[in-house]
Amino acid sequence: MDKHQRTLLVIIAEANIERLLVQDVKRLGAAGYTVIDVRGGGHSGVREGTWEADRTIRMEVICEEGVADRIAQALLKAYGQHYGLTIYFSEVQVLRPNKF
Amino acid sequence: MIDVVIFFFILGVFARLVGSDLRLPEALYETLSIYLLLAIGLKGGIELSQQPMLSVLPQVIGVALLGFCVPFLLYPLLRALRFNAPDSASIGAHFGSVSVVTFAVVTAALMREGIAYEAHAPLWVAVLEAPGLIAGVLLARLGSKSADGSAGKAGHWGELLHDVVFGKSVLLLLGGLIIGAVAGEAGTQPIKALFIDPFKGVLALFLLELGLVAGGRLAEVKRYGWQVVAIGVAFPLGLAVIGTGLGLLLGLSTGGVAVMATLAASASYIAAPTAMRIAVPAANAGLSITISLGIVFPFNVVIGIPIYIALAQWITGG
Repeated sequence: MDKHQRTLLVIIAEANIERLLVQDVKRLGAAGYTVIDVRGGGHSGVREGTWEADRTIRMEVICEEGVADRIAQALLKAYGQHYGLTIYFSEVQVLRPNKF
Repeated sequence: MIDVVIFFFILGVFARLVGSDLRLPEALYETLSIYLLLAIGLKGGIELSQQPMLSVLPQVIGVALLGFCVPFLLYPLLRALRFNAPDSASIGAHFGSVSVVTFAVVTAALMREGIAYEAHAPLWVAVLEAPGLIAGVLLARLGSKSADGSAGKAGHWGELLHDVVFGKSVLLLLGGLIIGAVAGEAGTQPIKALFIDPFKGVLALFLLELGLVAGGRLAEVKRYGWQVVAIGVAFPLGLAVIGTGLGLLLGLSTGGVAVMATLAASASYIAAPTAMRIAVPAANAGLSITISLGIVFPFNVVIGIPIYIALAQWITGG
């Protein structure tokens, strides 16, 4: 099977800024994204996701390494100071490279 | 006598404090809040259909002004209490905006005690949601300008306005009001069994959930110190007096004055946190929410509302 290497960029953030994140990620070159509701805790306390202001999302973007770097840098700059934000990368293999 | 729905709130807080595993699914919370907003709107709309539009106009203007002025009034007080500029603006906005469930509790209390109030009062709630938030953002912009010479760049006015006016609270309240007003008493008869009759039971269930959430914020109160408790008790009492004054000025009934006092005293925990998070990123969201949901809301529903009703009765002699 023909496999191609891409970067999986994972962004965990407050659900409040989901719409802004989607806009940014698309603008910076991501072809698609997946968002999942999650809950957890960390530097900004425990977020249980039981009501509006307490929700957290995990956004996944599969793209080329350069695009992932660009997105991560821009998000960190825009939201890193005031919002709960976690970003990490990993290498994944995809079957249809033109999709990403 | 405490209204039965308040016991559910206390049960929720208790469950949280003793570390119970009780947890309402988020989908249920969402469903209940949509139900309450629509039901409150519908009920007000049915009454509104029997009112001449022009007679409620002074009330709409009065309420909008109240919401807009509250953050400007509280901002210097908060600054004097050593809160930073973004936090002061954000806390002010939470008080300027309104809590729909607090409104539901005061109307339930009035009905139980047989005190009449203007039945189109949900319109006031819908109007009161936005002006305080706009004032809060305005204050934050002015504050950040004086602090570092540059205006906060995040968020545009158009987006903020869009988010508030088309956010679920205002949309469902106004939507319900309009549907109720257009359909009238007869038209809403078929949906009465769902939207009008079970209202109080649903409110009780929602208060159980809010008790769980508020109970979770109580632990935060310790972290922020005595100021948040002082603010959460003193501000609602002071604002209730202003609301009472506005109610008298507008010539409202005894119940109407009590509702206005309660609306003035209440702090938002749905629309305001979301709007402030986007428009004033530098503000500490946990701080505002701890005040509005951890202190102001419990204070109002358990202690404040009986006081505001008694005050309204004493002043209007009703």
